[in-house]
Amino acid sequence: MELTHYVVLAAILFSIGAATVLLRRNAIIVFMGVELMLNATNLAFVTFARMHGDVTGQVLAFFVMVVAAAEVVVGLAIIVSIFRTRRSASVDDVNLLKS
Amino acid sequence: MIASGGEAVLFWVLAPLMVLAALSLLFARKAVHAAIAVMFVMVDLAILYIAQEAPFLGVVQVVVYTGAVMMLFLFVLMLVGVDASDSLVETIRGQRWIGVLLGLGLAAVLVGVVSQATFPPAVGLALANEATNPVALARVLFADYVFAMEVVGILLITAAVSALVLTHRRRLTPKVGQRERADAKVAELPSGGRLTPLAAPGVYAQNNAMDTPALDPQGRPIEESVSRILRIRGQERSAGTILEAERDVLVEHEPLRALPALRAQDANERTVQAATSEHPEGEAPAGEVSGPDDPGRSRVPGVPGGED
Repeated sequence: MELTHYVVLAAILFSIGAATVLLRRNAIIVFMGVELMLNATNLAFVTFARMHGDVTGQVLAFFVMVVAAAEVVVGLAIIVSIFRTRRSASVDDVNLLKS
Repeated sequence: MIASGGEAVLFWVLAPLMVLAALSLLFARKAVHAAIAVMFVMVDLAILYIAQEAPFLGVVQVVVYTGAVMMLFLFVLMLVGVDASDSLVETIRGQRWIGVLLGLGLAAVLVGVVSQATFPPAVGLALANEATNPVALARVLFADYVFAMEVVGILLITAAVSALVLTHRRRLTPKVGQRERADAKVAELPSGGRLTPLAAPGVYAQNNAMDTPALDPQGRPIEESVSRILRIRGQERSAGTILEAERDVLVEHEPLRALPALRAQDANERTVQAATSEHPEGEAPAGEVSGPDDPGRSRVPGVPGGED
């Protein structure tokens, strides 16, 4: 088994996350798709760190995790506040800017 | 670098499971199921990190992602509630097929690029992790990336404050206290409001689940006693079937109690007569003495037996 298999797995997970963002309309599930994409990049980072014998890749994965945590906090707060005003968590209902 | 046999087995067991769980993000009807599947993917990723000589990141993955982020997702799912079903009706025509096409295309491009690229011979982290993995990470983090780390700290604080600001609600109306609530309830009485709390769901001998309605004094089920959510979902049970089942069990096990009221009255009268006729037979003074006195009672077993 080659280390490239890990990268292929990361690519598959990333595409599934991207397809989720494109296809699903529940804002929370869309958000989980974004999380899956971030996790896939982390897996690629860790694999490349091992390939090159340099822990910098792991440090970058760590940064991605921290930024993802901040992003989740803000994103879920936005979803909750939208749900409060529109009583819906569907991304199609957020169309106030559409004239 | 060829990974060891154990790692290969681990990978080939976990990778298909992870892809399956990730696919449920696309196909699961309920958001909670998708959240559980994503949690599974994240725990598996932590295992893969540890297998790939990144134990610190594996622990952080479990703590941050499954522990904090996914729990936050579950909390928001609870807040948003059961009405958050996402319909499968297309609002933009052809969006589904375009989305599937783009997803498959992205997967094909990424996998193609990865499998075509030639990577340098893998080094492994044995040398870099010489003084344990967290120490190696800390040396890089606090030497080359100090500034980035400070910025990320500021970002985290900003995110926390922004979450507070976004979910904070300013009070636009005067505060509703106990008195105002009581007045509002009384004012709503003519239009079908009620003063008392709702009745609790029914408690029967065989069944005290919350999906069965309680009975009012006339024996009719009270609809409002069952939770609104269960009624919307149609998971409410009728009280009639349960009462019938209970009557059957009663007839089978205690036919006396299941007989009509007349027979029950008869039995009552008979026991009363028996009690009154027994009373002159038994020695009243002996019963009074032996009642509180336990040793006396045990010495003369015939007297208390007759009393009872």
